[in-house]
This record gives sequence, structure tokens and C-alpha cells, in this order.
Amino acid sequence: MQRSIDIGLNELKAQLVQMAGYLEEAVKNATLAWRNRSREMIERVNAIEDKVNQAHLDVDAACLKLLATQQPLATDLRFILSVVKTNSDIERMADQAVNISNNAVYYLQHPPYQDLSDLIRMSEIVRELVKNAIDAFIKEDAVLAQNVLDADDEVDQLKNKVFKDVLAHLKQTPQEVEQGLNVILIARNLERIGDHATNIAEDVIFTISGQDVRHSHFRKKGSPDEK
Amino acid sequence: MTETLLSVQNLNAWFGMHQALKNIQIEFSPQTVTALIGPSGCGKSTFVRCLNRLHEEVPGAYATGKVILQGKNIYESSVDPVLIRRKVGMVFQKPNPFPSLSVFDNVVAGLKLAGIRRKSILMEVAERSLKQAALWEEVKNKLQQPGTSLSGGQQQRLCIARALAVEPPILLMDEPTSALDPISTAKIEELLAELKKTMTVIMVTHNMQQAARISDKTAFFLLGELVEFGQTSTLFTVPKEKKTEQYITGKFG
Repeated sequence: MQRSIDIGLNELKAQLVQMAGYLEEAVKNATLAWRNRSREMIERVNAIEDKVNQAHLDVDAACLKLLATQQPLATDLRFILSVVKTNSDIERMADQAVNISNNAVYYLQHPPYQDLSDLIRMSEIVRELVKNAIDAFIKEDAVLAQNVLDADDEVDQLKNKVFKDVLAHLKQTPQEVEQGLNVILIARNLERIGDHATNIAEDVIFTISGQDVRHSHFRKKGSPDEK
Repeated sequence: MTETLLSVQNLNAWFGMHQALKNIQIEFSPQTVTALIGPSGCGKSTFVRCLNRLHEEVPGAYATGKVILQGKNIYESSVDPVLIRRKVGMVFQKPNPFPSLSVFDNVVAGLKLAGIRRKSILMEVAERSLKQAALWEEVKNKLQQPGTSLSGGQQQRLCIARALAVEPPILLMDEPTSALDPISTAKIEELLAELKKTMTVIMVTHNMQQAARISDKTAFFLLGELVEFGQTSTLFTVPKEKKTEQYITGKFG
């Protein structure tokens, strides 16, 4: 038996899947912009951002309508709450992709930075995190969501390494400060995209199990909130 | 440890051969509102009627097990059910003021039955009970008019005032707002928040949102069994039992 709320929930999921598709495209293009030194990719990111922003508004409106008209409970309620938050995370990730493409605008005005290997590795992991977080959401896969949470640590470590290496390099070659600064900013924006992907993964776990795993590393062992 | 006002142990209830309640175990704390939810025929109303021994008034109906109120089993043979009903008041789905009695006499009917006749006491109790039921301002100038002359929402609050007049520590409510408009419903829901400061309310409702709004704890009944009992905020967001999840999300029932 299909409940009337199911129609709305399925539509909501479809809207978010489409929005996530835009996002993956935006992150890919933002990466190719600095990696392949492509101005065309920068333009594409800006065009995609408009679509993401419109989808952001549409998904919020659909959530509001479902909350007001269906008064959902239990899994339905947790799902809609997660969609509201995931919607916001996707929109913020698209903003970070735009930031990266803006960093690329300045980066392309100068010769390439001497070693982009860690940044490239970082961007590959972040794109994988985004894809897995979205897949976990679509498939309601808590195991995949947990993998996203586990993998984010590597992104943080790589960001720290990029910061450290660039600073060390700039001490020796201060004339490359423009390139170095943009490499640092790109690394920072990639790390933030990774953080938003983990937010989505946390919401997937909450939707499926009702378990709130956010900030779990702050919780003391044995506290009432610990699950 | 939470104090227990009412403890139900191994409660079974029958209508002749049909078993309506199966081995119910549940405890109610003072100054709480508990919502009882579940599909029609699951035993919610039978359960509340067992808590003040109204169930046995139906021909062929009986119950076994213990209902311990303030340390005493109300099903002991020495217990007078009438006295239990003074301690465990009840408000029904449809307002049922005594048709031949005035507003005032409706409120004090329980006291008069208990032999209290002094006018000053009756007046004091009527005013206090009507104020508690948030009805005093609307009826203070028509206390001698028939109770049935009031609107549906007012009649229901009159029935609540009547139940409160004998100061029961527990008030049972069986879908008390299902026949009322949203404004009258809101007034009764507001009233519950006040009442629970001094008493324990156990309320049957078919309205999930109402249960979520007004209760501290919720019990889900299905086919005569208590499936889940817990904090309302938890039960409506992360229910433990799959059957609860299915019922409150409309997947059956």
C-alpha cells in the first residue's frame, strides 16, 4: 500500500538526487579547472551553481510542504530532517566548488605550482567522499556512510601536509607566493567539501538508525548521549 | 528511581471468551501525562476502563491481574469499585453532562453522592473545579442553567470539572477531544498541561500529533498487547519496535 506521504518523499528524493548530480559535476569541473588549467571549466562551475541554488530553494519548499501537510513521524520525520540538512550541505559544497574555481582564476594567472601531487590526491578522495555520501543517502546504506566518516581523516591529513609543504616551499621561493596561496586556499575549500560530505553521512546514519553520531568524538565514554 | 503512582501487573481482560488485553505490565508516575495509542480494537479503551474497574460493568466482562494504586491492589475483593472511581476519574469521548442537572449540580454531583451537602463547600469546590477546567469565566453567570445548554467543548470541560471536583490523583480520558473543534481541542490540551502539575493523566487518543504534543510518555497497544512504552519524544522519532514504526507512520492500522 502506498501512503500519500510516499509520493512526496519519492519526489523529494528525486529532487535531491538531481541536485547531487549538479554538485558532483561542479566539484569535478572545479578540480579540472586548476588541474588542467582550464578556463572553460571555471565557467561551467558558475553555470552549475545557479542550478544548485534553484534546487536548494525547491527542496526546502518541498520539505516544508511535507512537514505541514503530512506531519511525518519516526523514519519519515528523520528522513525529511536529514533532507533539509543535506540540502544545505549540498548547497554549501557547491559554494566551495565556486570558491575553488575562483581560486583557479588567480592560480591560472601564474605558472603552475611545482608539486600538486598531494592536492590532486586530496581532490580525488574528496570527489570519492562526495559520491559515496550521496550514494549512501540514495541507497540508505549506513556502512557506506560510515566509510565516508572514516575516510575524511585522510583528507584532513593531506590538507595539513599541503599547508606545511607549501609554507616550507614559500620560505625558499617567496616569489611563488601567489601560486602557493591559491594551492592552500584550494586545499582548504576541498577539506570543507569533505566536511560537508561527512555531515551527509552522519545524517544518513541518523535517518536509518536514529543514532546521532555527530560530534561523537567530543562525547565522553559512558555519557547518557553515547549510543 | 522514578516514583510509581499506579502499577499494572499481568493485567488480562476478557469480554466473555474474547481476550481483549494480554498480560499488560506498565507503571505510571505522578504528575505525568501518558498517551495511549493504537488502532481501533487494540484494547486501549478496555485498558483505561480496567484502571477504575469500569470494565467489569459490561455483562460478561472480567479482568485478572493487579492494578496497584498508591500501594493497594484495586482488584482485591474488599475494595469498593465506587471508591476507586473517586480516585480514578474518567472523561469520555462524548461529553456526557447529566441532562437534568444544572452546570453547578453537574460539577458537585460526585460530592453530593459522597454525602457532602454544605452549600459553602459545594460552592467553593465548584468554583475551584471550573477554574481548573478553564471553564469558570465562561459559565460563572450561568451556573443554574442546564449543563446541556453549553457548547460541545464547554460540556467536555464541564465533565472534566465534574471529575476534578472529587480531587482524584488520576484522571483517565478516552478520546476526550475527538468530537470537538480545533479551538475546543486546544483549550483541553492547554488544560492538560495545567492538570499534570497536580495529577496524573492517562489519555486514549487516535491523533498522533496530539499524543506527541501533550504527553510525557506514550504507550502503543496492538491486538491487546502493549507493544512499546517510552518517552513520547523517543517513541515518535526513534521507536524501538518495528510495529510501532509501522503504525505511527501509517503503514498499517
